[in-house]
Amino acid sequence: MVVKDLRYSIGRRAIFDGLDIVARRGRITAIMGPSGTGKTTLLRLITGQIAPEHGSVAVFGESLPGLNRAGLYALRRRMGMLFQNGALLTDMSVFENVAFPLREHTDLPDRLIRQIVLTKLHAVGLRGAAWLMPAELSGGMARRVALARAIVFDPELLIYDEPFVGLDPISMGVIARLITQMNQALGITSIVVSHDVEELASIAHDSYLLAQGRVVASGTPDELRRSQVDVVRQFMEGMADGPVTFHYPAPDYVPQLLEQEPN
Amino acid sequence: MTPVLTRENAVFAALRRIGVVALFLLRILGQVPAALARPRLIVDQVYNCGARSLIIIMLCGLFVGMVLGLQGFDLLQRFGSEDALGVAASLGLLKELGPVVTALLFAGRAGTALTSEIGLMRATDQLTAMEIMAVDPVRRVIVPRFLGGLIAMPLLVAVFNVIGLLGAQLIGVQVMGVDAGAFWSQTQGAVELDDVTEGIIKSIGFGAACSLIAVYEGYNAAPTAEGVGLATTRTVVASSVLTLLIDYLLTAAFI
Repeated sequence: MVVKDLRYSIGRRAIFDGLDIVARRGRITAIMGPSGTGKTTLLRLITGQIAPEHGSVAVFGESLPGLNRAGLYALRRRMGMLFQNGALLTDMSVFENVAFPLREHTDLPDRLIRQIVLTKLHAVGLRGAAWLMPAELSGGMARRVALARAIVFDPELLIYDEPFVGLDPISMGVIARLITQMNQALGITSIVVSHDVEELASIAHDSYLLAQGRVVASGTPDELRRSQVDVVRQFMEGMADGPVTFHYPAPDYVPQLLEQEPN
Repeated sequence: MTPVLTRENAVFAALRRIGVVALFLLRILGQVPAALARPRLIVDQVYNCGARSLIIIMLCGLFVGMVLGLQGFDLLQRFGSEDALGVAASLGLLKELGPVVTALLFAGRAGTALTSEIGLMRATDQLTAMEIMAVDPVRRVIVPRFLGGLIAMPLLVAVFNVIGLLGAQLIGVQVMGVDAGAFWSQTQGAVELDDVTEGIIKSIGFGAACSLIAVYEGYNAAPTAEGVGLATTRTVVASSVLTLLIDYLLTAAFI
């Protein structure tokens, strides 16, 4: 997956300007950044949901902006994505959720679908939960089911959107282990978008840190941690104030307090 | 003089909206053949929109029929022609009240359910997830619901009419003492096939309009609690107004 000199803005505000990211085959690439740096927007660009204004996004060597709907769908069948909240279809059981892509895209007999689904659910440790409804799952379980669904077609590329948000430490560890397993056992190229520095450092091969619409640092997690660049240090060490300011831009404090209420 | 059409004014916004809905309809129609290949999904939605609305449709049909019986009897008695009560009630139901009241109830019961269901699917990323799985949500989610509503409406209208006529009969014959033979034979003699056709065409038109608005509003709802709520409200308002507008146009066309 290669992102090159990408520009994208919403209204007049540039979200990305001159963004370059490369996720290499067979590796886990972490994309980090403070909230509001457009990490989710980046994922929408990578999956072709929106098109960049300038620059290119290429997945498996194919440029996304040039593809028509059929081409885009063909490409998407080679990738999987794990959504922040799982995005399970709420009117189907766990089993049917995992079977959904198979039923939509293939004419496989039920017996085979059952075997594939149970295998994938077993891989995420939820074979026993196959007949529960999504509403009966905890957040961590829902994400694991979504992961089983994302790998049901054995994708070459898996994209994780904030996989650790809102999870307890045990579930976090489980997800981190699964991401590593998917990568090592199945050779799936992985892109993990998150701001969870500790968890990412333990699993990622390459990392990118985004801020102000561009990559401010890249390298292995250890290299990032040793970086002397202010904004990188602030993020890695979780300092409240720094280049990313604690205060939202505002007029001067004292004059504003002394100012009379406008009538 | 200011031009009638500028980008900001209400006329432009309304026209633009009609255009957007029409394009959405074309997109739906383009996917209909693919959706028909999986009748199971459509049957599920006929059940959702139709069978689940049955109780309210039957209850309201009964009351509307009973009111027709009372009002009709009161009116016809003044001309000494109570025997024509069956004709008045059945024509009123078949041509007008059946399709219109059913469509209004459908908008409130099934239309809102469709909009909020689809809107919540949007808000919880389910539609996006389908896109990422290379499944077109219009084909998989929208078209079966649209067709389900389109098929359910004429069926509901038929049920409404039958129950309504029974209600009118209950009041007219059992309570007010109109002769049962006259009630039914006059009905049989006066109601033409054209009257039935008019009602069926109306119900199909209302079914298309109400289902289209419901799925459109849901699909385009802002992905927040407030957005889904607003979309649901818009579904009821727009469906009701459009139903009455189409009713006028079709009635004028049939006369």
